[in-house]
Amino acid sequence: MGDNTVADAKKYLVFRLGKEEFGIEISKITTIIEKDMNIARVPKQPKFLKGVINLRGEIVPVISLRLRFGYPDDVYNEDTRIVIIKLDDVSVGLIVDSVAEVVELNEDTTESISNITGEHTMDYLTGVGKANGRIVTLLNLEKIVSLDASAI
Amino acid sequence: MDMSQYLDIFIEETKEHLQSLNQSLLQLEKNPEDRSVLNEIFRVAHTLKGMSGTMGFNKMSALTHDMENVLHALRNDEIKISTSLVDVLFKCLDALEGYNAKITETGSEGSDDNRELIDALADILKTKATGGQPAEISNEQPASPSASTVSAATADSEMPETLPLDQYETNIINKAAEMGNDTLQITVKLNKGCVLKSARAFIIFKTLERHSEIIKSEPKVQDIEDEKFDFEFTLIVLTKVDETSLKKDLNAIAEVDEVIIKKIKSRNTAAPKASTVAEVKREEAVAAEDEKAVAPAAVPAAEKHEAAAARKTKTGKTVRVDIDRLDVLLNLVSELIIQKTRLEGLEGIERTQQYTEVIEYLERITTNLHDAVMKVRMVPVETVFNRFPRMIRDISRELGKEVELEMSGEETELDRTVIDEIGDPLIHLLRNSCDHGIESIEERRRLGKPECGKIVLKAYQDGNNVVIEVGDDGQGINLEKVKKKAIERGLVTKEMADNLTKKDILDFLFRPSCSTAEKITDISGRGVGLDVVKTKIEALGGTVEVETELGKGSRFFVRLPLTLAIIQALLVMVGEEKYAIQISSVHKITNITPEDIKMVQKQEVILYRDTVVPIVRLDKVLEVPRTNEQQDKTLTLVIVKKGDRLTGFVVDKILGQQEIVQKSLGKFLSGIKIITSATILGDGNVALILDVNALAN
Repeated sequence: MGDNTVADAKKYLVFRLGKEEFGIEISKITTIIEKDMNIARVPKQPKFLKGVINLRGEIVPVISLRLRFGYPDDVYNEDTRIVIIKLDDVSVGLIVDSVAEVVELNEDTTESISNITGEHTMDYLTGVGKANGRIVTLLNLEKIVSLDASAI
Repeated sequence: MDMSQYLDIFIEETKEHLQSLNQSLLQLEKNPEDRSVLNEIFRVAHTLKGMSGTMGFNKMSALTHDMENVLHALRNDEIKISTSLVDVLFKCLDALEGYNAKITETGSEGSDDNRELIDALADILKTKATGGQPAEISNEQPASPSASTVSAATADSEMPETLPLDQYETNIINKAAEMGNDTLQITVKLNKGCVLKSARAFIIFKTLERHSEIIKSEPKVQDIEDEKFDFEFTLIVLTKVDETSLKKDLNAIAEVDEVIIKKIKSRNTAAPKASTVAEVKREEAVAAEDEKAVAPAAVPAAEKHEAAAARKTKTGKTVRVDIDRLDVLLNLVSELIIQKTRLEGLEGIERTQQYTEVIEYLERITTNLHDAVMKVRMVPVETVFNRFPRMIRDISRELGKEVELEMSGEETELDRTVIDEIGDPLIHLLRNSCDHGIESIEERRRLGKPECGKIVLKAYQDGNNVVIEVGDDGQGINLEKVKKKAIERGLVTKEMADNLTKKDILDFLFRPSCSTAEKITDISGRGVGLDVVKTKIEALGGTVEVETELGKGSRFFVRLPLTLAIIQALLVMVGEEKYAIQISSVHKITNITPEDIKMVQKQEVILYRDTVVPIVRLDKVLEVPRTNEQQDKTLTLVIVKKGDRLTGFVVDKILGQQEIVQKSLGKFLSGIKIITSATILGDGNVALILDVNALAN
């Protein structure tokens, strides 16, 4: 089981998928862009890997977090954003419905996921944060980005 | 002193020096009498010792120092060259490469002392004939007699024995004499009550160095520092100062009992050949630096010599450039080409003559710029080839065979990304030749072939390709065996097997698990080699073929494209998606009707110019979402040629030909077989580049 505790103060980007709010560490985020380009489909990939885009001359694969979590497919509108993260020198884009704000969380404002039940399995969560009246599910980026669909 | 800024330079130069040592050692093994090679080896080893010492890499420095001692003994004919000696030296080179690799990774040499190697070197030195009288001096010192004990000035019965001098010490003395220096042998006897002998010796050294240069000491300086002497030691110094004043200075030092000074006359050697003068100069430089603190000065001086001595084809200046900078440059050029293409395709611009002129000029400039940058990325294959002679030597020793490697065309250039990848496949082909191609010595004798097998490695340019040939004069490939193995593995039925052409049979060799080797050796035979070779080469955009004759030998041809990243492509539509196919693969574009498609064994085919050509429906293979299931009256077919084989790809529309820049799909997606890479089109959208070879299978 991965590291499920969140210690020290860290900054998280809060974004929405449907009615839920999620958070990812901003240290891994390179940039956030609007979805104003086509996503080129790559054959023979899991459904949640939508394809690739041209990011200033670099080819970046793009993942639909909705499909990754088993939610209904994305419906693109002017709020849709692609959050570009970089793990181990590899860039990946994550499609989200909208982005909200950046919050700071620490041990006090975070709870471990053992208190939470639901359809989400434990693997891709690192905890739940509370800030500014929001409840933010904190995500494990490495697990999300791995192509093994059974991880969810 | 912070040496970390010199670390990169150190690593690069060490690599080069080790490479040069490998080559020289191979040469020395072939020609043990070659003095110039031996001196070259000594010089490079000495440089390495200095470099590593300066950087604080003491283990490297110590190992090189011990190597130097052995080389020194070799030079003085105190020990003889033998295969086992060369083996030990090669192992030392490997150990040094290991240190360098560790330094590249971690910035420090690691903890391996290479104790066994140091002991092995010490053992070699033990075989030195005691007495230290050098044997035959090489013919580069024609007039000097074998004994090099120098004549003593006076025959005083109390005078200590003159220290024996080796060849180059004699040369130094002669040289010094030419410059007006005297050579004195000074024996210092310390008071028996002296407690700190090494400290006292230090003072004596310092005193002498004020007016003279110490070129030899008995016992060695290190031993004196470690107090490994009784109460006396002897030095040979060069000085312009009078010997009485030196005697006075030394006697003034406390606890010095006696100082005996003996003048040493220089040897009169006959007029040496020009090469020996150069040798003496070089050796002098080496010896002078030996006694002084090892300084980085040794590095540039040695480098100049090395550059002059090495017969490199590049004359004129070169610059070391970081590879990343080259990649940035190429990226920018690629972007420029993309924008240029966009400009050409823009709608709504009035195409006046001026506009067209500018665009054409822009086209010429970007093409030239692209060519120039690609040239910068071109590296001679020599950088890959140069480790092969050593490898072949090691493999042939391991197998107990005699194999000679003949290389040519090393100056042929390839793009550096290809260079990086081509090494492994070539190594495998060479190992194959050694292992399965070349027969054992007895077998070759029996067949009337020369005992030493020959492997030929050639590189040359052929049109837009570079061809690398790996050929051997071994037993060739037994086609019957291959056929049998293929039938065994179920790759073909017995009946079909009889209809196979020679080419078809040879193709089987490149399939996974298709080796005809009887035994599996460490080197090859597992049947996973040739197919990996083929895959790797095809990933570089190249091809590999083999020609063979039973009993005579085989030749493998590796064909690689000269330029990589920018290609001419055919753009097609499949469904609503755009894809690119490399133009060089395209044989013909034609229209067919659905009726033209026939079925053979569940495979769709058409008849094209009397050949049966299999059809691949790209929309199915690429899983393209179909918006409407229309039955078109005509289908567009792109016929692709691979070797002799044709395959037809069904597409929806041909968009046209375009120069595109290949962009990597990144680590995330690089495992897809049917897509090689992607490109960014003029409209900024991404199109995937199809791997027609993979699709055809």
